[in-house]
Amino acid sequence: MATEFAYPDNASKTESASQEFQTEKMALAMGPSHPSTHGVLRLSLELDGEIVTKCDPVLGYLHRGDEKIAENMTYNQFVPYTDRLDYLAPLANNVAYALAVEKLAKLEVPARCQAIRVIVSELARISAHLLGLGAYGIDVGAWSVFLYAFEEREKLYKLFEELTGARFTTSYTRIGGVARDVPEGWNGRVEAFCDQFLPILEEILGLLTRNKIFQDRTVDVGIISKADAIAYGLTGPNLRGSGVPMDLRKDRPYSGYDQYEFDVPVGAKGDCYDRYLCRGEEMRQSVRIIRQAIKKFPSGAWYNEDAKTIFAPQKAKVLSSMEELINNFMIVTEGPQMPSGEVYFEAEVPKGLLGFFIESKGGGVPYRMKIRSPSFCNLSILPKVCAGNLVADVVSILGSLDFVMGECDR
Amino acid sequence: MTAPADVTAALQSKFPQVTPRPSGDHPAVNVSPAEVVAVLKYLRDELAYDFLVDVTAVDWGVEASPRFTVIWHLFSTTHHQYIRLAMNCASDTEPVAPSATGLWPAANWHERETYDLLGVKFADHPDLRRILMWDEYPYHPLRKDFPLAGIEVPLPDIEVAELTGASAKPAPMMGGPFVASSGEMNLTDAEPRAKDESWTERKVKPVSA
Repeated sequence: MATEFAYPDNASKTESASQEFQTEKMALAMGPSHPSTHGVLRLSLELDGEIVTKCDPVLGYLHRGDEKIAENMTYNQFVPYTDRLDYLAPLANNVAYALAVEKLAKLEVPARCQAIRVIVSELARISAHLLGLGAYGIDVGAWSVFLYAFEEREKLYKLFEELTGARFTTSYTRIGGVARDVPEGWNGRVEAFCDQFLPILEEILGLLTRNKIFQDRTVDVGIISKADAIAYGLTGPNLRGSGVPMDLRKDRPYSGYDQYEFDVPVGAKGDCYDRYLCRGEEMRQSVRIIRQAIKKFPSGAWYNEDAKTIFAPQKAKVLSSMEELINNFMIVTEGPQMPSGEVYFEAEVPKGLLGFFIESKGGGVPYRMKIRSPSFCNLSILPKVCAGNLVADVVSILGSLDFVMGECDR
Repeated sequence: MTAPADVTAALQSKFPQVTPRPSGDHPAVNVSPAEVVAVLKYLRDELAYDFLVDVTAVDWGVEASPRFTVIWHLFSTTHHQYIRLAMNCASDTEPVAPSATGLWPAANWHERETYDLLGVKFADHPDLRRILMWDEYPYHPLRKDFPLAGIEVPLPDIEVAELTGASAKPAPMMGGPFVASSGEMNLTDAEPRAKDESWTERKVKPVSA
């Protein structure tokens, strides 16, 4: 007859253990310079063993007062500052800012300019998502993804350099147009990039999507419900990962996005894995949009030729015509002339909705400009989503939210 | 759900005190402080403006009265329309606005930022701390009377400040950045310049403005 073996009662065991070891909550400062905080974010965590009981994000380490600066310079002078918001996708920020100011001026740009803006925005999206995936891979222990992703980003930087003259801080748009037309053959090189990029993207995603370790770190971790995602103001892949099909390129098309066919991927559960999948699919859709834009790339002017007090005239004309010389002088010294009024415009940038609220009293300088940055809003859900998770999962959640502090702190 | 044909009229029939506000794009209304939360709730629950995009404020200058206007932007994830709400703060020195944190958790950080940078307090906010500047910072930098260069303040860490004698100094403005003024004015005034905050080797750097 087998002797009955009594397992120790777990409940009583923990009770006696807690009598034996008086546990107290531990405060842990994660960041501001921690590899997984992607910049200078500090999380003051309160831990009960390995479990996070409270998470309080501390921001502002990268606050430069962009809104104050904007009130003190002309609209065109502020373009370089928009590069430094989400510095992983400066072109998308340039475009969003230019569109906001053009909305104030009630200015339309020609079809060619719109197509250029769409192409650069989507290239910026690919570039930003590649970094997002690469860095996320590192966060959860998959190093090689980063190397593949950065090889592709390098190719994109070459394209940006050829178009804008700068690899990183592009400052490409102007109010009423772009800084310069696309160079000869550039569109072909973008297409060639797309052709070779898709198989590599499959390879990159193949390293993660069916990877058991990656899935263990991300599936069912950091679940954000649909209702929470909306209530906390999440946007971009973070919102769509929770199953809300909100994409301003579809919902309120700007820059002629309504001419292009593309799908908006949404997640099913809203966990870290869904957010990752959304980013991966968005890159494929971006390639689709770029291909269509290049296929029907319009000819004609690449800036609004009627906006004589807003878009600076071409150099050759400035040097040969009196009227253009005066216009150029006025635009450079006084800034592009805007009507008074208030407008709000948001664009779908890689991180979410980047919005500019402009309060104008007329003239070349905004009276007040508020920048609604997607990373700031996306991070505000951290206290809710981190509580109750393991410390290691905080790293996974942070990476899946894919934020940039330059934009969050402004 | 479809967008109401005239959201301003719909609001006015429910809240008679709401007045339309001039706007360059989206429908915009002025709301009184007492009604803000009720109007926001009505917009969220009845008219499907379920997404709080942004909360911010505008400082109209030291002489202006009302000096501060708080702005809300709402969006609808179903009918894809925006609406802007504006509320003038009753007090010019101690501006207060009602908090929307009870309706949207998203309002929490937006309101903290507005308090931090413009000094507008939000009544009933659960945790109204500074968010971008450090907690002990004495000014509200986006106010119009705060100079672009900044004002000298002690470092946040008192120990470090005592040991090093260092402080957060105004930005060097000599030689630029050249800044322009807003509004319609003559060419001389509108020209970008280093304003009165500039200093040279001969003119001593001002400690505070």
